[in-house]
Amino acid sequence: MLTFIAKRLVQSVLVMLTVALIAFSLFRYVGDPINNMVGQDTTLEQREELKERLGLNDSFIVQFGRFAKNVAQGEFGFSYQHRRPVSELIAERLPATLELSLVSAILALLIGVPMGVYTAIRRNSFLSHSFMTLSLVGISLPTFLIGILLILLFGVILRWLPTFGRGDVVQLGWWSTGLLTASGLKSLIMPAITLALFQMTLIMRLVRSEMLEVLRTDFVKFARARGLQERYVNFVVALKNTMVPVITITGLQLGSIIAFAIITESVFQWPGMGLLFIQAVGNVDIPIMAAYLVLIAFVFVVINLVVDILYVVVDPRLRVDSAGGH
Amino acid sequence: MAKVTNTLKALLVGGSMLAAAASAANAETFRWAFQGDAQTLDPHGLFETLTLGFQGNIYEGLVKRDDKMEIVGALAESWENIEPTVWRFKLRQGVKFHNGNDFKADDVVFSVNRLNTEGSDMKVVAALIKEAKVVDDYTVDIITPSPNPILPNQFEIFYIMDKQWAEENKATEATNVKGGDEGNHANLNANGTGPFIVKERQSGVKTVLVRNPDYWNKDMKSNITEGIFTPIAQDATRVAALISGNIDLAYPMPVQDWKRLEAAEGVKPLTGPEARTIFLGFDQLRDELVGSNVKGKNPFKDVRVRKAFYQAIDIEGIKAKVMRGASNPAGLLVAPQINGYNAAYNDRLPYDVDAAKKLMEEAGYGDGFEVTMDCPNDRYVNDEQICQAAASMLAKINVKVNLLAQTKSKYFGKVLAQNGYDTSFFLLGWTPSTFDSHNVISSLIACRGGEDKIGAFNLGGYCNPKINELTAMIQSETDQAKRQSMIDEVWKIHADEVGHIPLHQQPLSWGVSDKVDVVQRPDNQLDLRYVVVNK
Repeated sequence: MLTFIAKRLVQSVLVMLTVALIAFSLFRYVGDPINNMVGQDTTLEQREELKERLGLNDSFIVQFGRFAKNVAQGEFGFSYQHRRPVSELIAERLPATLELSLVSAILALLIGVPMGVYTAIRRNSFLSHSFMTLSLVGISLPTFLIGILLILLFGVILRWLPTFGRGDVVQLGWWSTGLLTASGLKSLIMPAITLALFQMTLIMRLVRSEMLEVLRTDFVKFARARGLQERYVNFVVALKNTMVPVITITGLQLGSIIAFAIITESVFQWPGMGLLFIQAVGNVDIPIMAAYLVLIAFVFVVINLVVDILYVVVDPRLRVDSAGGH
Repeated sequence: MAKVTNTLKALLVGGSMLAAAASAANAETFRWAFQGDAQTLDPHGLFETLTLGFQGNIYEGLVKRDDKMEIVGALAESWENIEPTVWRFKLRQGVKFHNGNDFKADDVVFSVNRLNTEGSDMKVVAALIKEAKVVDDYTVDIITPSPNPILPNQFEIFYIMDKQWAEENKATEATNVKGGDEGNHANLNANGTGPFIVKERQSGVKTVLVRNPDYWNKDMKSNITEGIFTPIAQDATRVAALISGNIDLAYPMPVQDWKRLEAAEGVKPLTGPEARTIFLGFDQLRDELVGSNVKGKNPFKDVRVRKAFYQAIDIEGIKAKVMRGASNPAGLLVAPQINGYNAAYNDRLPYDVDAAKKLMEEAGYGDGFEVTMDCPNDRYVNDEQICQAAASMLAKINVKVNLLAQTKSKYFGKVLAQNGYDTSFFLLGWTPSTFDSHNVISSLIACRGGEDKIGAFNLGGYCNPKINELTAMIQSETDQAKRQSMIDEVWKIHADEVGHIPLHQQPLSWGVSDKVDVVQRPDNQLDLRYVVVNK
């Protein structure tokens, strides 16, 4: 098991290097960073001098080499736009994104799984049909639109919820949390729903189709024949056997929730990493873009690793090899 | 006796508690949003309207523009041009920085020197000053390299820092984009003399200001005790935040949302003419245009072609269809608010497609030609739509415009000097930071690439050496009437030669809650000194 994890971690370094390399080769096409860093009256000489100081006149290979060397030493450079260390900025924004992503993922699981089970066992009920219709909406509407619609309804028309930002946050060491204040929780509702909706419908549909498969198998019939309670059969015997694909998808989706919270974050002006990234793209803030992409690559690698470990926990058949075959 | 003192004490304590309660009841919080953040709190870090405008609530310069854009005293009480190259500023006494330090002449000299440090983006202002000399604690002489009649006009955005504070916090150099410890304290912290104190700063997220109880100007109009500034990038989110009452003022508002703001309860659009002029320009320097089907020559070198383009643009059409009636068509590259504007020269060439066609024929381009047009799509009000409209109007004189509209970082990366002015035909906007015509002439109209190092934003390379001569004279002429006649001469030459095609001044577009009164500055700055929150 340990060698497996170690091997994966070594692979992850390669993945991150590749991501950084591709990212760097794209940065040349995002525009001129200098013009965003100076005022309109700054002279040409000063602009040139700034470009030289930032090392932007160096060749692609030199720039990438410098970046890789710095990252290896845990140094992500300075943001052009904020004039602060990128690592500091990311540490500041990380809690907002993680809280939003985790709440969304939990929301998606807590609602998606029971809905999936229900629609599988009561296939023809009215409620099942409504769930299925709703899920179609969740899958097909773009996140941006869902966010705007929620803002329009609950923010502008009903005025129940704040339309942007994170509300008041409490500082727990370096971690800032919005979960401990009323305004923080209120602010979290709409972005979390927006982000969760797609995942929720995905999980629901996945659980439903897996359940339909499993319910048809002999061991479920046998469990019923033994006279076990219906609820036990559905939620323990059957559901447990649908979990492997659900874990895979949820795990990968968690990665994409973190990485692609960008849209939700920019609709709700949620001060997370996604917003930091999208602002960096607009301002050609290369150090932030580079650090963010490398970090996201790392998140995906870690999540994949955790998913692989979870397989072993959930599915006993996979345990045989790793335990050395006893 | 002891008893009496105790009673007195109790009364005093009670009284001050009452006072505290009263001020809590009067606490007025003002929340506002812009599309971007002030990039730094360092007053010498970035020469940009929003950043400097925001800092202007915390820091102050020697002078200030009031609600009518007149220059009035701020940290200086009076000033005079004692010699052609010496301006003497008498400083206001009894002013304190937020940390309690006294403001003195030393701080002015220190700030002048800080303008010249490596990270400073205010070197343009530094170039106006040869030397700053302390005469006494409250008198400073500013020596200019050449006579400069408009120095006070150029000083509003030169903010004064506390020398002692900067030294204590290792902020004696301006915050450097490249990073490093020097100056970084001033990037996130501020210690000015202004009416508001920074209480909390999260760059890119929010900044909380509180009122400075010891502010020297007791006549300040504003009644706000707390100001919360949030950048909101998405237009739709910003509009929703305003309409839902989460925000008291938000800008810019999309022009197409004005109707919605008028219909919504409790908010209204606040619009006015901005001092920014939008114009088109053409490459008149290259011998062959880039991205055109005309080979071996450059049609824009012919004044008839430039004139034909001018007359083919239906500015009233752009005003009605693209700008929702809210632009001011312009014949000059400066707005009426700018010093040196002269209404006599602001008439446009008439819109006349037939005349334009005739000019094209005379120039030998009766069948038109093809040209690539560069245009930003997120920099000015409806910039891309203006370019599209211009392209379809030019089609009527058989010019096929290939429009390349892109985000500002890419657009500026292509057309500016660093990339060799890679453009044949472009749209650009300009507000002179000094509010004086000289800035426009020397940046946009004067020949570029000369000894005088001016004309850096003359993207098309329009050139008449006479204008460069006049620019130098305008800079140092102290007689206002003579100066104006030189400026007028530039306007005339530039119009006759159709150096650029002025289009319009774009509208300012703010959304304001009915609860607040504000003053809208034509340079799109919000000055909290004039914000009043009503019950």
